[in-house]
Amino acid sequence: MKLSVFCLLVALVCQRAFADWVRQPFWYDDARRDKVAKGTVWPQPRSIQTTQQSLSLNPDSFSFSTSDDASSNANCKDVLDPAIERYRDLLFWIPAGERVSVSGDRVLGGLRVTISGGTCSEYPTLDSDESYTLEVPASGDATLRAQTAWGALRGLETFSQLVYEVDGKHKLNVTTISDEPRFRHRGVMLDTARHFLNVPYIKQNLDAIAYNKMNVFHWHIVDDQSFPFQSATYPDLSGKGAYTQDNVYTRQDVLDVIEYARMRGIRVIPEFDSPGHMQSWGQGYPELLTSCSPTNVQADIYHLGPANVARNSTYDFMQNLFTEIRDIFADDYLHLGGDEVHFQCWMSNAEIQDFMRQQGFPNTTQGFAQLEGYYIKRLLDIVEGLSVAPKRSRGIVWQEIFDNNILSGDFTVDLDTIIHVWQWNNSNFQGIPYWDELPLVTGAGYQAILSSCWYLNFISYGRDWPEYYACDPHNFTGTPQQKQLVIGGEAPLWAEWVDATNHVARMWPRASAVAERLWSPQSVTDSAAASPRMEEQRCRMVRRGIRAQPQGPSYCKYEWNLAGQAGNYVPTASGARGITGYAQQLLLSLFSCLVLTFGLS
Amino acid sequence: MAVLSLFAVFLALFVSPLPCHDVPGYQKPVMVQQTGKVLPKPQTMTASTEAYALAMPSFKFTYGSSSEMCDIVDQAFQRYYDLIFDIDGLRKAPVASKDMSELNTLQVMVKEPCTGVYPSLESSENYTLTVAAPMGTLVADSAWGVLRGLETFSQLVYRTDNGMMLINKTTIDDFPRFAHRGILLDTSRHFIPLKYIKQNLDAMAYNKFNVFHWHIVDDQSFPYQSVVFPDLSAKGAFNPYTHLYTQDDIKDVIEYSRLRGIRVVPEFDTPGHTASWGAGLPGFLTPCYDGTTPNGKYYAANPIRNTTYDMMTKLLKEVKDVFPDKYVHLGGDEVNFNCWKSNPDITKFMETMGFGTDYSKLEQYYIKNILDISTSIGRNYIVWQEVLDNGVQDKSTVGEVWFEHPTIQAVLERLTAKGYRTLLSAGWYLNHDVYNPGTDWSTFYKLDPQVFNGTQEQKDLVIGGEACMWGEYVDGTNLIARLWPRASAVAERLWSAKDVTSMADAAVRIDEQRCRMVRRGLNAEPLHPGFCQFEYD
Repeated sequence: MKLSVFCLLVALVCQRAFADWVRQPFWYDDARRDKVAKGTVWPQPRSIQTTQQSLSLNPDSFSFSTSDDASSNANCKDVLDPAIERYRDLLFWIPAGERVSVSGDRVLGGLRVTISGGTCSEYPTLDSDESYTLEVPASGDATLRAQTAWGALRGLETFSQLVYEVDGKHKLNVTTISDEPRFRHRGVMLDTARHFLNVPYIKQNLDAIAYNKMNVFHWHIVDDQSFPFQSATYPDLSGKGAYTQDNVYTRQDVLDVIEYARMRGIRVIPEFDSPGHMQSWGQGYPELLTSCSPTNVQADIYHLGPANVARNSTYDFMQNLFTEIRDIFADDYLHLGGDEVHFQCWMSNAEIQDFMRQQGFPNTTQGFAQLEGYYIKRLLDIVEGLSVAPKRSRGIVWQEIFDNNILSGDFTVDLDTIIHVWQWNNSNFQGIPYWDELPLVTGAGYQAILSSCWYLNFISYGRDWPEYYACDPHNFTGTPQQKQLVIGGEAPLWAEWVDATNHVARMWPRASAVAERLWSPQSVTDSAAASPRMEEQRCRMVRRGIRAQPQGPSYCKYEWNLAGQAGNYVPTASGARGITGYAQQLLLSLFSCLVLTFGLS
Repeated sequence: MAVLSLFAVFLALFVSPLPCHDVPGYQKPVMVQQTGKVLPKPQTMTASTEAYALAMPSFKFTYGSSSEMCDIVDQAFQRYYDLIFDIDGLRKAPVASKDMSELNTLQVMVKEPCTGVYPSLESSENYTLTVAAPMGTLVADSAWGVLRGLETFSQLVYRTDNGMMLINKTTIDDFPRFAHRGILLDTSRHFIPLKYIKQNLDAMAYNKFNVFHWHIVDDQSFPYQSVVFPDLSAKGAFNPYTHLYTQDDIKDVIEYSRLRGIRVVPEFDTPGHTASWGAGLPGFLTPCYDGTTPNGKYYAANPIRNTTYDMMTKLLKEVKDVFPDKYVHLGGDEVNFNCWKSNPDITKFMETMGFGTDYSKLEQYYIKNILDISTSIGRNYIVWQEVLDNGVQDKSTVGEVWFEHPTIQAVLERLTAKGYRTLLSAGWYLNHDVYNPGTDWSTFYKLDPQVFNGTQEQKDLVIGGEACMWGEYVDGTNLIARLWPRASAVAERLWSAKDVTSMADAAVRIDEQRCRMVRRGLNAEPLHPGFCQFEYD
């Protein structure tokens, strides 16, 4: 009994220590010190040689020029010219009244952009070359060379990040950079179904995606809760499935987003998730979904379950809808979902049961998994059948179809199909850890993208980006060929608890950690070393109008709405301290408690 | 045995809110209904289904014939007129109705003179509101009661789908359960631009909070621009030109608050939490030693020098002149003794004073001096709970409970048993956000400051509480979204009757309140999938 009392005391002391920690950051003496990096690049380039020799920029005379290659090819020019205009604005932020003359300084006169590939594709693709080299010499103009317009975009972003502010002057240091991404698919996922997110906020995210050299916007555009995509073929999808008729994306809105993304070298991959996650589809087209019987089997608002996969009309519907989708979205890949199908409703429906008997699927969980696989495979066939050269049409699917069907040998699908790995394993979710899943997916020859460790919708108190930073998609046992098949990853922000009020702040700069993991060499892993750069990147985004949230006590010279207007800039101090987390602190206290407890028993 | 002890350890450790990672299941979208529900729920309210139309420009706020008049009420009339009739920043005339009685006047009666007054802990906030066509009445002792009543009135109004503005026949007799209902903002860990301080004051008024506890300075930065010690911000602010609150800014905030019936209680926390004071106030902090030589570091106010107390006297006199509230928060939390222990002069002083090696006595000595200074210049004070745990001060002290020691209830019991008035903020640290804000507000809601073992006299000593938003991870980018509507749960707990505990009812009110705040231009975050009639931006 005494021991219990003692334990309680120990625990209380720990609790006390914990409570203290909560209020007292240990690094107070550092918060004010201006230790933010200046002119650093996020994500870290593959190779960068920089010097202490600084050059000044003259905002009035700085010139951008493009080589003949870049200016004669219409596709190159189409992307590059507007980009140069954007970066001309981003390059010089010191308010006109506060600028100090650079006369007498060593001045960098301009930047010359060369695209040596000769041709540019109209849209970025999975295979686009994003490499570039950038040379800021001690004298003469700076040069940026890339194979494609997409590489030039990445190089322009890097160039803009080299610039820093000193005493009213824009400066940068003599630097040589050779850079290319480690992974080809670097995305964020926005969910516009749990809450509608209007086009200006989507564009803000696209800006931030570009500032972090990511290249995929995975648009989880519809889900159970609402169907904001306005289809011409099936107008009741949004007509009855959107929250309101203000909460829809018209065809023009979608094309606008796609064009905005193209200008920034970002692929837009829409996800129309089926056969689960379709409640909102059933508002307008109830016959598309399975009627659950009795109706209380599926605890939803419509007593309808997943797609009715037994009817040919369902496949006709999908054929028509995806024909329209295929027509609107430029990217080769469409995300077909296929996750989290609950089988109870299918089990309760006679039509489905008959169909299963016809197909020879057993009336077991495995049988229903086969049914789901049957549906997804047919859907993949539909989508792949929509290829019209030169555009290909390929699918991305959540990992379930691989786990349930491909792995068990039901069938295979086209090897161009990408498996999206999202499950994890902890006390709250008993899924397959990604390091166990990736060897299987790649071992079977499929390409994989990873999201398991980057669910940004999960939040915790404090500075959590080092956790995302620490997760490496190659952290599994496999051959070099298998590692090659992991083509990248995505940071999803599921939107149950985010909308326009808090979306951008919650996404950034946490997604920046994922951006660096996916772009920079595998050896770039030290989050403490990355902190000053991260601080600069966060303040840079705030200065550029992205409402990125702070990562610990600090300040930016141009805070968000510092003087009442948006869009400020300022160098921050701080390195957000390495509170490696609440969790670590807690474990530490727990550990000491245990040691004390057992030490005395 | 070991299992038992382990269990005890776990239990005690995990009492505090942990980040919880749920896998999101299917979350039903909620179409939030705007039906004129009031948050916080009034003490007594009788509503009928009989509805009246509000029209523009016929609707008017007026004073009753024998009412006191003042700028507080005049400006509130203007504000609430806009809040009721402005949609998306435009004043839109509601669709008129032919067959409905119209409420064309709300007549306001203020009994006490209100010109130039400031709210105080003792202010009356009672009001009686009667909504009946054609003229409703709002009667209150003070202008503060009128403000609360106007907020209630504005919340009773709802819009139909076809754009009619309606209010139901209603009688409300309302008053707050607790006199002190506060929000703490921390402007030291991050500078909070005035825009967001004012937005937060708006949100406080919408939720009937009445105290802005301004944790204005701390270790990280000193943004308060002092007249007597200008170097404090010149050398202690993040940026002495942009990241500071000038005297004009402070006046602006105080006036903005006064017009909303909100007290501004500044906190100048000493002797710890003062790193940012060092550069601008040489000699104030204690030099730390390695052996017999100073190591160049400083920590905490130097409790053994008379000049320390002279500086604090000057500063607190200024604070008294600048902040009209009768109370100042003097902090007193989390003092680490290592630096004091290392300093040979302090060791000598400890011997002289007969403190032995008990540095908490030195801390008490310091705090007692500071509290005496405060008393001598005419300010009451609030201090964090340690100060009261460490030694008896006089009974006018208000203690603020901020951590479980060992439980929230035990601290409340202990401090009130000693006869101190007490504020609760432990349990309401809203800076700790977790995955699902849809559930974490329920934890805040369920915490009752008067549920602990003690006599009725002890319960009566609990004068209220505060929701705290410590600033380590918030600035202008995310402050409002993270605080609201989660703080609305605390607002209702502190205002409404003790027996208002139904989570289901509260969920409906907080939903509508969230959408109301969004419509009024605040980026209050969502509590579940769905949408508001008027979305943010």
